[in-house]
Amino acid sequence: MSTAPSAVIALRGIVKRFPGVVANDGIDLEIRRGEIHCLLGENGAGKTTLMRILYGLYQPDAGEIVLDGRPVRISSPRAALAHRIGMVHQHFRLVATLSVEENIILGLDEGTGPFLNLARTRKKIERLATEYGLAVDPKAKVWQLSVGQQQRVEILKALYRDAQILIMDEPTSVLTPQEVEQLFSTLRNLVDAGLTIVFITHKLDEVMRVSDRVTVLRQGRVVDTLPTSATDKASLARLMVGREVVFRLDKARHEPGKRVLEVSDLHALSDRGLPALRGVSLSIGVGEILGIAGVSGNGQKELVEVLTGLRRATRGKVLLAGSEITNRSPRQIAEAGVAHVPEERIQMGTVPNLSLRENLILKRYRYPPFSRSIFLNRRASMENARRAIALYQIAAPSDATPAKLLSGGNIQRLVLARELSGDPRLIVAAHPTYGLDVGATEQVRQILLKERERGAAILLTSEDLEEILAVSDRILVMFSGEVMGTLEAEGADLGEIGLLMAGTRQKGGTT
Amino acid sequence: MGWESWVIATLSRTLAYGTPLLLGTLGEIYAERSGVLNLGVEGMMIMGAYTAFATAYTTGNPWLGILAAALVGGAFSLVHAFASITLKANQVVSGLSLTMLGLGLSGVLGRGWEGKPLPVPLGQITVPGLSSIPVLGPVLFQGQNLLVYLTLLLVPILWFILYRTRAGITIRSVGENPGTADSLGVNVPRVRYLCVLVGGMLAGVAGGYLSVAYRPSWTEGMTAGMGWIVIALTIFAFWNPVMGLVGAFLFAALYHLSFRLQPWVAPELLRAMPYAFAILALVLVARGTLHKRMGAPAALGIPYTRGEE
Amino acid sequence: MVLLISFLAIVAALVVAAGLFQVYGVSPLRAYELIVRGALGSPLGLAETVRRAIPLLLCGVGLAIAFRALFWNIGAEGQLLLGAVAATGVGLFSGLPGPLLLPAMFLAGFLAGAAWGLVPAILKAKLGLNDVITTLMMNYVALYLVEWLIHGPWKGTQMRGFAYTDKLGVAARLSFIPGTRTPWLTLVLGLVLALVAYILVTRTRQGFEIRVVGENPHAARFAGINQVKTTLLVMLISGGLAGLAGVGEIAGVHGMLRSSSQISMGYGYTAIIVAWLARCNPLAVIVTSLFFGVIMAGGDVIKSSLGLPFQLINVFNGLILFFLIGSEVLMRYRVSFTMRRR
Repeated sequence: MSTAPSAVIALRGIVKRFPGVVANDGIDLEIRRGEIHCLLGENGAGKTTLMRILYGLYQPDAGEIVLDGRPVRISSPRAALAHRIGMVHQHFRLVATLSVEENIILGLDEGTGPFLNLARTRKKIERLATEYGLAVDPKAKVWQLSVGQQQRVEILKALYRDAQILIMDEPTSVLTPQEVEQLFSTLRNLVDAGLTIVFITHKLDEVMRVSDRVTVLRQGRVVDTLPTSATDKASLARLMVGREVVFRLDKARHEPGKRVLEVSDLHALSDRGLPALRGVSLSIGVGEILGIAGVSGNGQKELVEVLTGLRRATRGKVLLAGSEITNRSPRQIAEAGVAHVPEERIQMGTVPNLSLRENLILKRYRYPPFSRSIFLNRRASMENARRAIALYQIAAPSDATPAKLLSGGNIQRLVLARELSGDPRLIVAAHPTYGLDVGATEQVRQILLKERERGAAILLTSEDLEEILAVSDRILVMFSGEVMGTLEAEGADLGEIGLLMAGTRQKGGTT
Repeated sequence: MGWESWVIATLSRTLAYGTPLLLGTLGEIYAERSGVLNLGVEGMMIMGAYTAFATAYTTGNPWLGILAAALVGGAFSLVHAFASITLKANQVVSGLSLTMLGLGLSGVLGRGWEGKPLPVPLGQITVPGLSSIPVLGPVLFQGQNLLVYLTLLLVPILWFILYRTRAGITIRSVGENPGTADSLGVNVPRVRYLCVLVGGMLAGVAGGYLSVAYRPSWTEGMTAGMGWIVIALTIFAFWNPVMGLVGAFLFAALYHLSFRLQPWVAPELLRAMPYAFAILALVLVARGTLHKRMGAPAALGIPYTRGEE
Repeated sequence: MVLLISFLAIVAALVVAAGLFQVYGVSPLRAYELIVRGALGSPLGLAETVRRAIPLLLCGVGLAIAFRALFWNIGAEGQLLLGAVAATGVGLFSGLPGPLLLPAMFLAGFLAGAAWGLVPAILKAKLGLNDVITTLMMNYVALYLVEWLIHGPWKGTQMRGFAYTDKLGVAARLSFIPGTRTPWLTLVLGLVLALVAYILVTRTRQGFEIRVVGENPHAARFAGINQVKTTLLVMLISGGLAGLAGVGEIAGVHGMLRSSSQISMGYGYTAIIVAWLARCNPLAVIVTSLFFGVIMAGGDVIKSSLGLPFQLINVFNGLILFFLIGSEVLMRYRVSFTMRRR
């Protein structure tokens, strides 16, 4: 295969494996000089991994990188910059207390020895800023800047190092709509000045607006590369999520029943203070599994946190079987019958140095039989542990084993045993099979189905669309903090889901 | 004593007593700016004091004593650096253990040296001409020693390095956000080692100053908690060398004035002030933008491991 | 396994200290023999050892609890002094009748120490201030408070060279175990409180909460545990216990308030090692506090019998602490090994 004359980067046969997963499975990609090339895909498609290889943060297990016709090895970000490849990360790498210019020259050796020639630096920054339309005050401290301005600093950092190729990883995920517009016009300026831009995204709108060509990745492979003008959102969506076969779990049909959970017009802010939930409404009935699909970072995490009391809702209501639990404490919500299987099971779900037995009573230690006045009832907790180990097949030397020594699958069994005891009315499960082997994954799904049969309502979030498709009764798609649409899981049209996930609202309104 | 001569005497003594405080504070500022909390200052100071005295006594050269003090302080700080940076152990415990070690070791080694006056202390300098300036002249240019001048010179130099050089940017970024610095190619452990070393050496010199210039003699425990004052002053200075100068001399002045002010304010209460003020300073910058401007380096006391963010 | 860390550290420190003894021309074995014999060999020696161990025990138990919740209470020294101040104040000036005096002193001492500990706790819980620095600074404020009192408002009527307050009356003094200078009340108190603390940490709800907060603050929030309340509770106990130690020193040892260095002798700092060596287990603190009592009594022995400086003790303490970190790091590498297998 010969390289097209205007190709500035060619990736050939890139393979990258991590324990348990093949992130890039033989990827061929060509970036042409002076274009804006979008990499489109859902979570786990391999886009970020691929670009990290290009930027020297990872080394490929196989394949080669060809720049301007010559194969190169990029061993570190420094090497990437030497090849004039720069990257603007999704989470900025800036030191908040330093000024813009200090951040820009951090780590740079400009040959002036230990001394700075700040005047020269400032001039160069200002020149770049005017040339590319990136207005920013070099002397301002980074913490004083808005997110959009901080992103400009990140771009300037790359430009200052003479980057000619700029990789941008989900750049609009933290921007306000106005800032997004500014970014797009900046990108056009950069391209007019001769730069090449690779733009990682999962948002179809952006692809259609900004890119010249788009490559769709799915499960570590390139599905197709097209000129943007030759395609449309629907086709791209289909390419993004299309699968050959969809596995669905064997289960009884869901009969509509009483509503267990009702969420209306929920609003909440993210950790950064930006709106994360923007008017989410949904409901789940008895014995129903509602799967929340969507690329991560679109509000699913915040939704889970609001429902379980770990984040404040700024507006809206959450009703559990008719009674309001909006903004109650985690303890009160748990008492009301809500179980939480957290995404970070080690960080949030367990206390690593405490024993299995003690972890099992983490939520209910205050109540009888585990507590009598101020004392803990040791025998009761031991009995509880015995039962849980048998029921959930937790493999551990004894109930006194510290949780940190358990394998991932067993930790999840511990969490499930703990959360599901007490027959909760609502189970909020956030990516419950993340990192588990096949056997454990199957077991977790069976447990969820059993709970469904018992009559629990289950809210399931997952980055794995297949899991959502396999397990849910209904699917709700979130994008940018809003509900794009809901549909029955049985016979769901993947193309439609793809569109919803990538930002197109469902015709006919929501829910 | 006439007013003028009283003022001169007080200021002069303030300068003398404030110098070791300043030296220690400057060193600790650098160490903490890079993110390492060094509670071993007291131990490094006292070992510096002993080493300087013993060396100066045996060699007859007080400057060799100061040099030896710097080396010993540096050696101690390297141990702390190794424990804190490479072993990623608890920095509080590491520092405390070195203080205990330093106090104990100096007490053990220093026995037999007590009561011996140093035959050749650090020479006093009188600058002709300049010492005739009214008030400031006798204070600054009469009877002080070279180390005082060098220390004063260090302040603008260290300030300049921290705020106006590439090295300073590197140091500050390592203390605020080592992950970011690392991703930009900065060698975080090396920067921290260097800063801790600087801190230890300056602490050693500060101790050496006490035994070789301020009060040329050796007494067990002669630093009398100066290391802890340095830690308080570092906070009070908001990790800024120039503010460190202000703080050190302010405290030194209060210390000397405490006897004079006895009829109005109890001297002990005055001596408690730097500690209370340090807490107050922390409270003031606890929240919001002030914290960003003047607060502690964000990564202070937290060992850095690549890949953990 | 966990005790292995402590054991290794002690052995390492003993080895290095032996080297120091050699330097002074003293056979280390002979030195150790003398220390053990002096500190434990005779009833009087044992009593002296225990006397030293009592404040270490009280402070150590409190620190074990604080450290469990990951509150780095370096301020036991200051909390002890505040307890001493309160005890002296009640003992000298309260005008309470005889039988009420001691109980009042203990109560006052506990409350004063607890209050002194609560200040940094509140600062951390509400403002996020670093607990190491605030507790450390409070030590020195306490120290100067004592100095001010004994030189100023509470200056005694008889002064001979050093400053101290008047002596406390008999009703305010603790009685000794017959034939010794060791107060039995604080000894019993220490042992009982160690047991109570152990039960608290392992068997009660609050203890459970303390352990969860210390091990994983995220999980604590997840479990609905109020971290602010837990932090305050922990420092109330820790400061209060150190305060009790201070009362003990006043009522049991000195009988008056005098200079801080003589009241405390670094008990608050040594107690840090005591708690750490005991791996924050209140029952193990009984053993480790006794161990350090032996060391401190040993310091007297080597000074009087061998003519070596008392400061050698500090060297030993510093070495133990240092080797403790070292062996902890070793243990940590083994744990991360196990975890990588997942």
